[in-house]
Amino acid sequence: MAADTKIPAMGDPAERAIPCLQPDAMAQSKPYVAAPAHNEPLGFPGELVPDWQEKGIARMGELLGKYKSLQVYMDICVKCGACTDKCHYFLGTGDPKNMPVARQDLFRSVYRRYFTPVGKALGAVGMGKLVGAREFTKEVLDEWFNYFHQCSQCRRCSVFCPYGIDTAEVSMAARDIMDNIGLGHKYANEIIGKVHKIGNNLGLPGPALIDNLEGLEEDLKDETGQDIRMPVDQEGAEILLVTPSADFFAEPHVLGLMGYAKVFHAAGTSWTLSTKATEAANFAMFIGNYEQMQKIAMRIREAALELGVKRIIFGECGHAWRVAYSFLNTLIGPMDFLDPRYPKPQHILEFTYDLIKRGGIKLDKSGNDGMVLTFHDSCNVARASRMGDFAGGQFVIPREVIKACVPKFVDMHADTIGEKTFCCGGGGGLLTDELMDVRIKGSAPRMEALNDVVKREGVTHMAAICAICKAQFTKVLPTYGFDREMIVSVHQLVSNAIVLGNND
Amino acid sequence: MTTFFAILFYAAFAILVVGVGLKVAQYARTPAPLKIPTTPAPLTPAGAAFRVGREVALFESLFKANKPLWIFAMVFHLGLALVVVRHLRYFIDPVWAPIVWLQPFGIYGGMAMLAGLAALFVRRIVIQRIAYISGPSDYLMLALLLAIGASGMMMKMVAHTDIVAVKSFFLGLMVFDIRALPADPILAIHLFLVALLMLVFPFSKLLHAPGVFFSPTRNQADDPRERRHLAPWAAQLERERN
Repeated sequence: MAADTKIPAMGDPAERAIPCLQPDAMAQSKPYVAAPAHNEPLGFPGELVPDWQEKGIARMGELLGKYKSLQVYMDICVKCGACTDKCHYFLGTGDPKNMPVARQDLFRSVYRRYFTPVGKALGAVGMGKLVGAREFTKEVLDEWFNYFHQCSQCRRCSVFCPYGIDTAEVSMAARDIMDNIGLGHKYANEIIGKVHKIGNNLGLPGPALIDNLEGLEEDLKDETGQDIRMPVDQEGAEILLVTPSADFFAEPHVLGLMGYAKVFHAAGTSWTLSTKATEAANFAMFIGNYEQMQKIAMRIREAALELGVKRIIFGECGHAWRVAYSFLNTLIGPMDFLDPRYPKPQHILEFTYDLIKRGGIKLDKSGNDGMVLTFHDSCNVARASRMGDFAGGQFVIPREVIKACVPKFVDMHADTIGEKTFCCGGGGGLLTDELMDVRIKGSAPRMEALNDVVKREGVTHMAAICAICKAQFTKVLPTYGFDREMIVSVHQLVSNAIVLGNND
Repeated sequence: MTTFFAILFYAAFAILVVGVGLKVAQYARTPAPLKIPTTPAPLTPAGAAFRVGREVALFESLFKANKPLWIFAMVFHLGLALVVVRHLRYFIDPVWAPIVWLQPFGIYGGMAMLAGLAALFVRRIVIQRIAYISGPSDYLMLALLLAIGASGMMMKMVAHTDIVAVKSFFLGLMVFDIRALPADPILAIHLFLVALLMLVFPFSKLLHAPGVFFSPTRNQADDPRERRHLAPWAAQLERERN
């Protein structure tokens, strides 16, 4: 599939052309359907239930009563079209159903048919089309499965909507309904199952993790000559670090993990990982299921209590930080067992940034000699969370840390960063090989903006603070003619620049 | 005709008030279980209220999204606002001074409203993406508003109606005293379409007017680490688990 992908042309991001509509261009794009073995451990029906239509509509009614966002957003869209040219998947594919409003309408049409007086009345006499009401047929359900898995829940559309309508809320609800009638997304559900069973997305058991960390400690010793520890399950440590499991061995993620270890070492703060909470990611957010999300988050509370830590810090991960920053207090709070002097929870970049400001660590830019950096704002960090104590800290703090570590930093085009950042193309549970075609096309707007600063400013590397962004770019950069190692962790740059006290 | 319009306006008014009231109650009642402001967001509830105010008064997000559309929407909505203010004189006696002062500008409001609507209509047809997302009800809504505006302007510019009698009719309605409405076909069309607009309001996308105040991505403050946010059903879930 990926081999046939037509790479969208890269032009000037200031003059980005809106593609002409290509109806059904992505109608065949869909992820693998989850098997009973993936659905049942999560409490979902194994496969599509016979009375799925009735059950699905009932679940929709339940969600409409539980989520203000869904209920309000179903009613108030005026079809103004402000969002139509904002989604990276539309810009990369031209498929009109990837325009946010059209994607929402796949859901809204069913809502109108079964939950609005006019839709019910006109639908009953076959005139639903007049008010955009549709029967919930198998064709509609198939459309849902395909197109709600072409949304990375990045919220870019919600920035531009005059009513703040967030397609992520709609795609989460759609996925929750599909799970509840037995039509699951294999990649997401299999991973959530692994978190419940083993503790992390990668299915890495405790002993393997410990073994792996020992190897990393040896690497750090070889590199720095110092005993930089990667403690696990250390009771009484000050800080519990919760980080995406990709940080334990995927590149460039692991280089970031080594950076965190160096920062903690240099700061002289005691910290620990936990074999119980070995995963910061929470894929239950992608399937829109509150109960699953809470169950996954609860491991963090349990680990923190068992180890008696005073602070919880999250590693570089986009949606994990959304769940941590925006939802953790709701899901597993109140966290009054933690030290009230620090934010609960804290981001590793907030920790490092504080140290830099206070002179608690020394950085030497020559450690990153020859590198010209740009920064990819990860969508969930940018539009669904914050860092620091001021609005927009999530844009300032990573950039300040990077600037302190590298000789030259350049931002990409203003329409592609900050709150207007583009998703990497692999977020929202789309980071699976069978979706490679839509992933490559969806990354086009980011690749175009990157290409622009590479040409104009000689940018050599792009830093990111999300495990999904890093994995996605590692895969798609070569398709656009870039080196896969161009994508780096922010703490990889810190790791290269940090000056550790010598033992002379 | 007088009786027909009297009944029609009582019915339309009742459905508008009850319908929108029920919708607003539903929006207010439905919990928002998670903190989902689109960030960067104001850090305080007062800041969030100000953000909603900017969306309502200035269409802040739309300005970020699409400048021509922002202009058309502004022209239409400001025009409509002036027209509505100008029409208040049919419902109050004596007319408040500020409304008297605004009377001459009401005409320009009517023109602006029609121009904005026409632009929005053309845009819906001409731009491929917008045509794709437009359904029959989207065109009908614009047509309805255009017809209301056009019939209203005709009574001002072409064939004047007896506005003193019209005012008497509406003041009468408000005290349940049915007084004669002038037998003017343009007036009849104008009033019929306005009643129709009132009738469809609670069942259509016109709900964006009250709905925008309830949008969690706009009305929530960015303070999840400082204040624990818990919906009643989530609290119930928590009690069951413990």
